[in-house]
Amino acid sequence: MVKTVVCVGLPIDEKLFIQKNRLAPESVTGKEKRITIVTGTHGDELDGQYVCYQLINKINQNQGKLKGIVDVYPALNPLGIDSVSRGIPMFELDMNRIFPGSRDAAMTENVAADIIEDIMGSDLCVDIHSSNVFLKETLQVRISNENEKKLLPYAKLLNTNLIWIHESVTVLEATLGHSLNSMRVPTLVVEMGVGMRITKEYGDHLVDGIFRLMVELGIWEEESIPIKAPIIATKDEVKVIHAQHAGVFVKEIEHNDWIREGEIIGNIINGLTGEIEEVITAPSDGIVFTLREYPIVYTGSLIARIVGGATK
Amino acid sequence: MRKETIYSLKAPYRDALRVSGYRFGKGDKAACIVGAIRGNEIQQLYICSQLIKALTELEKKGAIVNNNEILVIPSVNHYSMNIGKRFWALDNTDINRMFPGNMEGETTQRIAAGVFEKVQGYSYGIQFASFYMPGDFVPHVRMMETGYQSASLANLFGLPYVVVRKPTPFDMSTLNYNWQQWKTNAFSIYTNETDVIDEVSARQAVSAVLRFLTRMGIIRYNSHGGYIANIINENDLTLVRNKDAGIYRRIKLPGEEVHRGDILAEIMNPYEGEVISQVIAPTDGIIFFSHKSPLVNENEIVYKIIRRLHE
Ligand SMILES: [Zn+2]
Repeated sequence: MVKTVVCVGLPIDEKLFIQKNRLAPESVTGKEKRITIVTGTHGDELDGQYVCYQLINKINQNQGKLKGIVDVYPALNPLGIDSVSRGIPMFELDMNRIFPGSRDAAMTENVAADIIEDIMGSDLCVDIHSSNVFLKETLQVRISNENEKKLLPYAKLLNTNLIWIHESVTVLEATLGHSLNSMRVPTLVVEMGVGMRITKEYGDHLVDGIFRLMVELGIWEEESIPIKAPIIATKDEVKVIHAQHAGVFVKEIEHNDWIREGEIIGNIINGLTGEIEEVITAPSDGIVFTLREYPIVYTGSLIARIVGGATK
Repeated sequence: MRKETIYSLKAPYRDALRVSGYRFGKGDKAACIVGAIRGNEIQQLYICSQLIKALTELEKKGAIVNNNEILVIPSVNHYSMNIGKRFWALDNTDINRMFPGNMEGETTQRIAAGVFEKVQGYSYGIQFASFYMPGDFVPHVRMMETGYQSASLANLFGLPYVVVRKPTPFDMSTLNYNWQQWKTNAFSIYTNETDVIDEVSARQAVSAVLRFLTRMGIIRYNSHGGYIANIINENDLTLVRNKDAGIYRRIKLPGEEVHRGDILAEIMNPYEGEVISQVIAPTDGIIFFSHKSPLVNENEIVYKIIRRLHE
């Protein structure tokens, strides 16, 4: 059943709606477990659209297997999604920096507070992101090290290629994921693919993973859903490569390739002089789980992340 | 006056980004003043230009007190300003959310790190800042409550109000917050405008900085006394919301005195022109902030009022 979570009047003849679809068994006892799937905080990240569609469609076709409640919020930033804008269009504001929101602040923070309030009480939340237009990411779960113990067992069921356990960062405290985790709704933040595109293969894998997780929580009944074991990486195992020169990055490998130390990842070229400004090589063996997609780079632009030590 | 490039960054095809610093006097690092960090902070750039002009005159007259060095950085992100953008043009990140920066990190983290290295170690740090939501303020000095802040020092600018704000995680990557963490007394100065130049409040801001530098013994300058500031905690401001969305007509302006029940603004039906609701003052006081855009969403904060305490 589609419900409106937030409704705010815009200046001229339009309302901002944030909606969710609640899927529940035919008869409800009130003791059901509840999983929440959210996406679209960043308007340019679209993989979640496909995942929400597949998830709802499969549940609707196998209604008898549903034993708990599934809440799907496909568009937390509807103005952004419908207008190719990563942030909230009017303010260029990153919506994932205003949680948990506030009742004593601007409208956007009120909206954030309404969203949190609506999600509270869920037994688990999956927050789906699609990198940005600059970087292609493998299907992964990102966990802040303070939540490792609580989240890792769930994360392993999501059928991703990687679980990245990173250090906690102060600015990330204002994300939806952090806010929910600190309010005792275990939340798994998924990153995959590239902004403005849908990587169907990753979406299909994640849908299987969400069903596997729902089986574990007693929300879904199914004999066996095969999932693969992810690489689990901590900070020391991830090598980050930034451009040292400005120019145009052209990759020499494919995303997700396994490469050896010293192998060329790509070149930063100069379209005016015909010269190579910088040859970018792998600092260690490993899988290139992040690779630059958008060619224009400045000094500092992220080129690749490699999870070291992993073998093919 | 000595001009130098304090940070530069090459682009694929554009001219290099050069962050320029102007130094006055020699000796101990006394005060550092930073202007536009966002591409729409034209007023902030303008104020710095007027300040550099004034300090150049004062230095010629020998009015910089011995053993004091002042650094002014009028603009950090003119790369965005030149092309009509507010944030870093490639990835839309806000340099004022990247401090203290990281020399090994992303581009805007490197810019922040490059600037921060040069602005550190000063006794006083002053930034001409803008708010992330659009609207007008009464000119004021803003400080973050970090445990290192000193509201009595902020009073020496002689602006009518000093606002103390409790930092949220969102604030902890600003220049102001990081200055304080590195033991610089940091102040942000807000004037009426951002995207356009307001001469009156720009002059007020330049005078405020010169007055402060005089009172701290850094320059010799005949300044007028200015105001004795009211020190306000941001949480104590009374927030006033509008009910309806529509066309917004502002009636009361920042700095004006209002009484409980006064009409602050009207909201009109955008098609039919009728007034559909009024924004009413819930208390006696002075307007600190007002929404300015001619359009308004439902339930926005359109006014902030400094409540008047009745004796
Ligand atoms: Zn995202």
